[in-house]
Amino acid sequence: MDIKPVVAEPTDEERAAVDALLGAPPSGWQGGERSAEDSHVAFSVGSSGLGRPDLLPALEAVQARVGWISEGALGYVCNRLNVPPADAWGVATFYALLGTTPRPRRVLHVCDDIACRVRGALKIVGGLNQMQAALAHEPSGDHVIVDADATTWMHSPCLGMCDMAPAALMISAGAPAIEYAIGGATVDGLRSLLEGRAKARGADSSTALGMTKAGPSAAPQGDSAEEPPLPQFGSASLTLLKRVGTVNPTSLDAYRAAGGFSALAKAREMGAERIISEVNEAKLVGRGGAAFPTGRKWESVRSQKNTPHYLVCNADESEPGTFKDRLLMTHDPFAVIESMAIAAFATGCEKGFIYLRAEYPLAFARLSSAVEQSRAAGVLDSFDVEIRRGAGAYICGEETAIFESIEGKRGEPRNKPPFPAQYGVFGKPTVVNNVETLVNVLPIVLDGGAHYATIGTPASTGTRLFCLSGAVARPGVYEVACGTSLRALFELAGGVPNDLQAVLLGGAAGNFIRADEIDLRLTMEDTRAAGVTLGSGVVMAFDASADMHDIVRRIAAFFRDESCGQCVPCRVGTVRQEESLHRIASGRTLGGVPAELALLEEIGQGMKDGSICGLGQTAYSAVESAMKRLRLYDGSE
Amino acid sequence: MFGAGGGTSSYEEVEDTDVVFLWGSNAREAHPIWFHHLLKGINSGTRLYVMDPRRTSSAQWADVWLGLNVGSDVALSNTMGREIIAAGLVDTAFVDNATVGFREYKANVESYTLERGEQLTGVPAEVIREAAHAFATAKKAMVCWTLGITEHHNAVDNVLSLINLCLLTGHVGKWGSGCNPLRGQNNVQGGGDMGAIPNRLPGFQEILDAPVRERFEQHWGVKIQPKHGWNLTEMLQAMGRGEMTSLFCIGENPAQSAADANHVEHVLAGLDHLVVQEIFLTKTAQLAHVVLPAGASWCEAEGTVTNSERRVQRCRKAVNPPEGARDELWIISELARRMGHDWHTPSAEEVWDEFRVVAPEFAGGMSYARLEALGGIQWPCPDESHPGSTFLHGRLQKVPREGLAAPLSVVHHSPPVEMPDAEYPFLLTTGRRLESYNTGVMTGGYESALHRGESLDVSPEDAAALGLVEGSSVRVSSRRGTLIAPVHVDDGLRRGLVFMTLHFPDEVNTNVLTIDVADPRSGTAEFKACAVRVETVLQQSMASD
Repeated sequence: MDIKPVVAEPTDEERAAVDALLGAPPSGWQGGERSAEDSHVAFSVGSSGLGRPDLLPALEAVQARVGWISEGALGYVCNRLNVPPADAWGVATFYALLGTTPRPRRVLHVCDDIACRVRGALKIVGGLNQMQAALAHEPSGDHVIVDADATTWMHSPCLGMCDMAPAALMISAGAPAIEYAIGGATVDGLRSLLEGRAKARGADSSTALGMTKAGPSAAPQGDSAEEPPLPQFGSASLTLLKRVGTVNPTSLDAYRAAGGFSALAKAREMGAERIISEVNEAKLVGRGGAAFPTGRKWESVRSQKNTPHYLVCNADESEPGTFKDRLLMTHDPFAVIESMAIAAFATGCEKGFIYLRAEYPLAFARLSSAVEQSRAAGVLDSFDVEIRRGAGAYICGEETAIFESIEGKRGEPRNKPPFPAQYGVFGKPTVVNNVETLVNVLPIVLDGGAHYATIGTPASTGTRLFCLSGAVARPGVYEVACGTSLRALFELAGGVPNDLQAVLLGGAAGNFIRADEIDLRLTMEDTRAAGVTLGSGVVMAFDASADMHDIVRRIAAFFRDESCGQCVPCRVGTVRQEESLHRIASGRTLGGVPAELALLEEIGQGMKDGSICGLGQTAYSAVESAMKRLRLYDGSE
Repeated sequence: MFGAGGGTSSYEEVEDTDVVFLWGSNAREAHPIWFHHLLKGINSGTRLYVMDPRRTSSAQWADVWLGLNVGSDVALSNTMGREIIAAGLVDTAFVDNATVGFREYKANVESYTLERGEQLTGVPAEVIREAAHAFATAKKAMVCWTLGITEHHNAVDNVLSLINLCLLTGHVGKWGSGCNPLRGQNNVQGGGDMGAIPNRLPGFQEILDAPVRERFEQHWGVKIQPKHGWNLTEMLQAMGRGEMTSLFCIGENPAQSAADANHVEHVLAGLDHLVVQEIFLTKTAQLAHVVLPAGASWCEAEGTVTNSERRVQRCRKAVNPPEGARDELWIISELARRMGHDWHTPSAEEVWDEFRVVAPEFAGGMSYARLEALGGIQWPCPDESHPGSTFLHGRLQKVPREGLAAPLSVVHHSPPVEMPDAEYPFLLTTGRRLESYNTGVMTGGYESALHRGESLDVSPEDAAALGLVEGSSVRVSSRRGTLIAPVHVDDGLRRGLVFMTLHFPDEVNTNVLTIDVADPRSGTAEFKACAVRVETVLQQSMASD
């Protein structure tokens, strides 16, 4: 609206990328040729079923096809969707995986986040740097001419592959784009990728939907990580992971043969109220980090008169050190769809969104196939699922930022109230649940809430998935009953690490604990009493070889980079926090270490008290625990 | 309308209606405050149809833009009316109860088939049909219009034809439905309310009505003429004939705002006595024998203003007028005193209270105290227990109807008086831009990055055909005058249609081109249509100009 003309024209390739997603322009008013009829009539973008929510997918389509979003491409997208260029620019520059300056087609995203750091990421980064400097996210100066077919690399925050650390992600723009994960990366392996060039650009495929066609299928041999085997494979105690590795994740028939969709059938017989009462009786709480009672959330949405209701499956698993949902989605995608259908049935939702982080190409392919097969087989009834991919923004896992992103906007969290149950995505009552939370609904429906509540402790029921990474013998996802001790969990993973220095619980937004605290029972009540959090189930171990100061600074840098910048305490606080840690590291403190620690405390309190959302409220947690629990800065000069 | 000179609906209703026909209005730019209310509606699902020859920035927000030919408004509305009847979508209960003239109306629109409608308006028949059905089947719908309807030689017919659509479908007299002319200034409505129009006494009371006149005569102690006065166009004609030799002009700049500017300047300069009361030394003021510098009404005087939704609001004095300028009430009282009538210089509130006495049905309940307490009141508000009226004419929805029936009007398509021909092949239509106001008296005096000056806006097709690019200089000529302006290429225009504003008359006086043919019933000239010729100007001749 109020479009000020963007002078630059899109290239044919950019136009094709957008048209593949949105269809050919219906008129001269939306980027097509001006016809005689255009002189006397124009229809809104909405008349062809398009709208603002298509903005982010359209930008992603250009990115996937071309590798960056030029001014001409941006202008064309704006024309197609009737969005002001300044607005679209705001969106394009918000997401880290969207480039607004020229980039080569092939970009290697190399994780240098905490779990990969303790597994050699810095050595890899150093090795790559000798060959080619990393591409900055926001290059300064004028646009430079780039060799479009070359390969470049960028630093990346946690890619959710800590069990395969060190990890990298290759994204090669084209039609279709080729995206694949690289686990157990080596300097030499990545260097050879950096020497590679984009293949001859394929002719425009009329069926290729740009980015939605992108999948890991085309991964060259040797580059792609085999998903590591499930450490607990074959254990009879598994509930949530019981199908992982045993049931073909690409086949609806296989899922059905393993008892799949029986929970949905039973749920439909039970009726919505009974389902919710079972979930309440099970005392299921959210597994994404906030631990809100799921049944209460469902009741609240179910009772809303305002329709339609929406279901959002939060699959934007971006908390550093977290990769449990990735496993569920890649190895048991139908379970995610089935549990969404049950949640939707219980809460009166006709439509569900899976908001999936962009860094999970295999999960995207598996879920897309599962949705298509389920839809074709008619098992979803009137319920439908749409998969939305993120574009590299940690904040979009926040329960209201996710709505903004689905609506095609910058992922800036909303003020609450109103809460999602009243005013969620598109302003409608919305259930937003984490992947693991949803999958827990299957055993609750099948075996009853009362039975579920017998697992774990009275206050922390059921089993939980924990993501073990760092200095452990067998990293991976572990399913244990709530109440299992941290020590017992380490035993499952090959024993308590030698020279254990610290354990990070709950991710970057969680807390460090000391080696002498590992008898902690992993329940909500025990962690609360200890002043820590289970968060999203991150258990990251650091042995004596880890530079904890470096790890803490990396966490601070992560929050500074991922802060959406909307509210001042977080935008300024995360910067000030990181600066202070750097001053401590360099010895150039302002008035000595105690003064810096006092300043960190004050900044941290300001962020906790004044930030709009959980990001700012927890940005100090790990730093604080390093300071007070690990006594990391005691004796620093 | 229906006897009351104001829009029927409230801003709040625009936010809550289902369908809006925005007809002959670029409200996004010319009525930005009102448009914000409409945006709220759009964001919660209101369907917007914009009828305008240009695809304006308002039209960019529309679900459907109907780009009708200039001056084919009656053809479009009659076609819609016929379609509504043919499709059986008439609200017959409402029409039977509240209107008269349906049979004549039906007979008249019979010839306006969808095919003929398309032929006359240029809008595809299917699009006309869909819009008509959407309007007729909506639970709540309103028509809103501005100068694209009224700046035509058949302005009144245009308005009546839009009212017909509301009557036919029962979209009047209830929440969220109605007919709304949008007002171009914060207090255009208030001027009419107070009787500053040639045919009505304060409170829109008919001057031809003897008992009404008598009431005012008793109150004022003077005789009131039993006939309508002249509107601006008629006054200018009377000046041209030499019948009118003196003019007292308050806050108006006809030398630049009226059509056929060369002629207007000529007749104003020929007056025996021209007095201009103004806050700026406008072009008109420069022609005056006496200029009375006045205080600015919005900050240097007490009073009230009435907005487009008929809401009377208090306006408070914040600062004293600058040295030499006087409060307008003082100026008028002083003039009266020197003419032999001592009004004792009443306060604004005393004037207002007199208005409440002479127009009790209209404003009896609107004391300053209540205006203050309630944040403004929408008229009519007859007594101090009345909350004001969100929408008008609820009486038409009562069964049986209260008061007079509303007439469906028989109106005919009548194209602009001056159509393009071989000599003057382009049709010029005029309008406004967001960042400027009318003749620029209030907006031209300060620097703004948005002021890009006057231009002749042409379609990309015409620009290509004439070899013009952005910024090219062209000579634009009509049968009445000629000017030189830079070109602006606007893809909101189609072949043969060019556009100018009237915001920069000192640099480019657009109104030397426009035609002074007016609807005698409204007195507004056909600013929206005249034929022009466009010729490239070489740089050398620019210099010699």
